[in-house]
Amino acid sequence: MIDPHLQHVPRLGRHPSRFRLTGTPVITVMLGSSVTILPIVAQAPVMPPFGLLLLLSWRLLRPELWRAWIGVPLGLFDDMISGQPIGSAMFLWTVMLIGIDAVEHRMVWRSYRQDWLIAAAAIIFCIAGGLFLARITGGGDIKLELVAPQMLWTILLFPFVVRQCARIDRWRVMA
Amino acid sequence: MARPSSRRPGHNRKAQYSLFASYVVAITGAAVGLLLVAVAIFDPTGFAAIRAATAELSRPASLGLRNMVSGASSLDDVLTAYWRAGSQNIALRRQVEADRNRIIEAKAVAQENQRLKRLLKLVDEDHSDLLTARLISSSSSSARRFARLNAGRWQGVRTGMPVRASEGLVGRIHSVTPNTAEVLLLTDSSNIVPVRRATDSVPAISTGLGDGTVEIRSLAAGRNPFNAGDILVTSGVGGIYQPNIPVAVVVRIAGEIAYGVPLANPSKVDAVVVERSFEEAVTRNEPASPDSAQPETAANASVP
Repeated sequence: MIDPHLQHVPRLGRHPSRFRLTGTPVITVMLGSSVTILPIVAQAPVMPPFGLLLLLSWRLLRPELWRAWIGVPLGLFDDMISGQPIGSAMFLWTVMLIGIDAVEHRMVWRSYRQDWLIAAAAIIFCIAGGLFLARITGGGDIKLELVAPQMLWTILLFPFVVRQCARIDRWRVMA
Repeated sequence: MARPSSRRPGHNRKAQYSLFASYVVAITGAAVGLLLVAVAIFDPTGFAAIRAATAELSRPASLGLRNMVSGASSLDDVLTAYWRAGSQNIALRRQVEADRNRIIEAKAVAQENQRLKRLLKLVDEDHSDLLTARLISSSSSSARRFARLNAGRWQGVRTGMPVRASEGLVGRIHSVTPNTAEVLLLTDSSNIVPVRRATDSVPAISTGLGDGTVEIRSLAAGRNPFNAGDILVTSGVGGIYQPNIPVAVVVRIAGEIAYGVPLANPSKVDAVVVERSFEEAVTRNEPASPDSAQPETAANASVP
């Protein structure tokens, strides 16, 4: 979608618009949440939560971009479209972002692997938490094994998504 | 690489306050989210109205995509059909021969059934079909199993109505918005359907497992009466589902529990039928009077 611009060379004296700088990350996360409007009637929780993956990617790529409260509006949008009880992603995503803020101060060394480790912990927290919240809001007896495959391939998908996110980011900051 | 420059604001007092305020906002927001979940524990559909906006907005997108891919999704079936065309043709021809006699018998039985019912003065006018619509998307990333239906309150769909396909039961309506409705699929772990074995009416309860199968527990004490291959149909107990809608076929037995696979696969069915609740269909005395309150419920209206 952004390929024609990727070869674009930034020119001196030109700046990307403010909307592009602040709006692009929000819009990509919302588009990621909207993947559930694809006409797939799934028989099991198979689709990775793309909204969560993109939020994590932006947070780990650009720590200065957002404060932790961004999880509240983005989580609410995800809840409205994902079928989870309203408030579940609002709570889980915000707590996850606060948790990443807290962990980041304590890490001495930081590289791609540590990012993946943080993302894996965050994904497990959010999916297991979503399962728990779905269970207590009348979801019946849902077992943890049900979401184990979804957790696994969401974690495996993270490096790919973070790459795509970095490409979008390059386009975002180039005028 | 050393850690990135941390977000600590240093000695700048203004930046410190702004960071502190952002955490206050975040924690308040998280608490509000938890409160909404707590409300949902007692009233699962309470805040579903918030979803109406996104459901209505995403409906045209889902519908358009659905129309595009409905051809592509059955591509594998078409290919295998070509692959096995010869042998399948012979097998199908034999089956048609065998079925023809059975159909004639069934017609005779149906006729006799009608006659006997007329003798008993039983009212069995089947006005239960409300409309035909399509499933356009689903909660594919959540642990719950909901599908979105392309018809809603304005078309006469109400919460609790059963949804079925020609192959069998799909689920029931969970919540409605003006033009869409959420269907709680048969395989959701909170969907409990009273069923019976088609051949000898052994009663049981079917509960979804969330992974595309259902768990079937017999109501009778003692050893598990089910065998692999048994067909289960709704029993009509509870007043939601019409009796005799096919539900599932038993595939595996494990002690007290039997596991079944639903007969209607919601990802393959083209259109589903929304029916009136069983109680409503039975207790209606005249077809005219209850409908006058809701004139938009055009009988058998079809939504593409």
